[in-house]
Amino acid sequence: MSERPTYIKFGEYTEHIPANIPAAVQQATGRFLGLRQMRVSEMPQWEELRQAASNIRLHTLENLDFYLEKLEQNVRAAGGQVHWAADAAQARATVLEIAKEHNVKLAVKVKSMATEEIGLNHALEAAGIQTYETDLGEFIIQLMGTGPSHIIVPAVHLKKEEIAELFTQKLGVEAPPDPVKLTAIARATLREKFLSAEMGVSGGNFLVAETGTLVIVTNEGNGRMCTTMPDLHVAVVGIDKVVPDWETLTVLLKLLARSATGQKLSTYTAFISGPRRAAGENGPKEFHLVLLDNGRSKILQDPVARETLKCIRCGCCLNVCPVYKNVGGFAYGWFISGPVGAIFSPQILGTEAARELPFASSLCGACADVCPVKIPIPKILLHLRRRVVEGDEFAPASAPLMVRAGAKLGTFALGVPWLYRFGTRLLPIFTAPFRKDGWMSSLPAPANLWTKVRPFPAFRANFRQWWAKRTK
Amino acid sequence: MTQKVQLFITCLGEQFYPTVLEGMVTLLERLGVECQFPNAQTCCGQPFYNSGFQSEAGKLAKTWLQTFGQSEAPIVSPSGSCVDMVRHHYPELFPAGTPEHAQAVAIAQRTYEFTEYLVHVLNVTDVGAYFPHKVTYHASCHGLRGLGLRTEAKQLLGAVRGLEMIPLNEEETCCGFGGVFSVVYPEVSRAMMQNKVQNILASGAEMVVASDAGCLMNIGGGLRKAGSSMRAVHTIEILAASESNGGLKRGAQ
Ligand code: SF4
Repeated sequence: MSERPTYIKFGEYTEHIPANIPAAVQQATGRFLGLRQMRVSEMPQWEELRQAASNIRLHTLENLDFYLEKLEQNVRAAGGQVHWAADAAQARATVLEIAKEHNVKLAVKVKSMATEEIGLNHALEAAGIQTYETDLGEFIIQLMGTGPSHIIVPAVHLKKEEIAELFTQKLGVEAPPDPVKLTAIARATLREKFLSAEMGVSGGNFLVAETGTLVIVTNEGNGRMCTTMPDLHVAVVGIDKVVPDWETLTVLLKLLARSATGQKLSTYTAFISGPRRAAGENGPKEFHLVLLDNGRSKILQDPVARETLKCIRCGCCLNVCPVYKNVGGFAYGWFISGPVGAIFSPQILGTEAARELPFASSLCGACADVCPVKIPIPKILLHLRRRVVEGDEFAPASAPLMVRAGAKLGTFALGVPWLYRFGTRLLPIFTAPFRKDGWMSSLPAPANLWTKVRPFPAFRANFRQWWAKRTK
Repeated sequence: MTQKVQLFITCLGEQFYPTVLEGMVTLLERLGVECQFPNAQTCCGQPFYNSGFQSEAGKLAKTWLQTFGQSEAPIVSPSGSCVDMVRHHYPELFPAGTPEHAQAVAIAQRTYEFTEYLVHVLNVTDVGAYFPHKVTYHASCHGLRGLGLRTEAKQLLGAVRGLEMIPLNEEETCCGFGGVFSVVYPEVSRAMMQNKVQNILASGAEMVVASDAGCLMNIGGGLRKAGSSMRAVHTIEILAASESNGGLKRGAQ
């Protein structure tokens, strides 16, 4: 799943958006947003909380080496093992090695963005390890053979009828389009997997440096099942997920569920500090933490884009984004979508592969308004647009030469007042043949990119003449 | 002491909405403000800046700063988007410590969106307009979130005699214009625009009001494409309407 794409065709995708996606997405995201709004209105200190969270995240990122070292020490002190993975390949190899050592045949997984990012499921399956996603949404998209289309609700684009049909086909059972019954079917299928799996794989929402604790937030009991039933628990977590201590964790937890689903707290918040220490205690015999860099330390060097890593993956920016709501998650071409995907993917995959994404926004700013950690998403989009068209110290320009030449010509013409005024006088004359009732309903290329959607207003500049006459 | 302002008419305002600009002058003069018009003004550079061409935008910004730096008078514009560019992005275009940066920061502080200038500088909310129609209001993104102008235009419209304000579902959702976005991803822009147009048509208002030329072009065009005769008008057009001039002038659709 979510193999590393070589070029993301956002534009091409948006020309044929499956008709049912926007409706399904809008329904779910609308519900989450409504609930979030309720939670926010209950908390007069919401804005202070956001600011505090933003400060915490930025402080941690700016001192990441310190907190990571502390985290490593404390995970080890709690009996866990720590592995560092510079990139996706190394992370996959590490997990596979651990699995081989333990002779794993069957793995169960908790929903995790980091394992989507590294394409872990494919790697496990290719190595002959049966892998089951146990979060209902992830279970569905795994059967579908696609990646997630939303950060927190991976199957948000599917209707219950489609899921019923999928279950009937893939699981060979009678599946009615009833959420309760569908859940029961998934549960029955997964129950035996939980019991026989030798390895549980998870991601992590946070890592508490102070105590070496992995924090997993879920709404289904599957998270605890995966991390306690098998004797081996491997967690793959981005290095950006570390928080200094429990006090700062509290601030972030207050914001996460409220922003994500409009819950005060998710149904389950699991705190895992190492493996079980004594027989009879809960938990696996071994706990491994794979810390994933995969380009994150490079992002840290960029003072503007660094804030991308403050993200706590609540998905709220997707829920509020009019672009995301009209195109769905697959348009963004990788495991992470919406506004945060549009800033994250180009930095991890490079602006060559993901150069369309920074432009996949009307810059309306709705995302930045709701982001619980105050990531200035539009500002980062603009920063990345610049990287694409002009290049910067992190990557050379990747936009076609023509576009760049066009911009030079444009600023030149607009920068000369007499030329601008001259053009302003010519435009109504040149475009006269296209005009009808004050509108132009079709124009030649490239202006047809506008007129194919709606007519263009007629050029009718005369303010300067009006002004000159009245001040005479 | 009479207040003086410099008119910043913006490219889209100049090309497509001359009646809005005339209305702006009429209103300001009615309120005792003397208008100046720097004739050398062209584009503020926003389309380039938003496309990522920051150094190209920087050239236009320099010209703009020279043009408007000639006078100490505040600058007033009928576009929240262009004001957002000047106020928030100009200072980012020049390295701190350079004279351009200092000038950009100083000018940013005296550049106002029209409704902002009326409500916060002139302290006026009732301009004495008369407009006996049912209207609904679309909040333009950059004025709303960029400049934080959530209530100003509505306060002004609320004081217009005869005007009935109908709430708009998803009032604060982007209409899909987004400048360069509208032509780079026309299908996405279309979906967003259609959503906006549906909400507007469902409101039951006679026309929709917004405070930015880009939104008006997009929404107005969308309404026409949908076969509706409903118009998208600028807040200023309504504020400039009085009993003596009998309502709207014929202008941009
Ligand atoms: S960018 Fe902000 S709003 Fe979007 S997922 Fe991350 S934390 Fe949530």
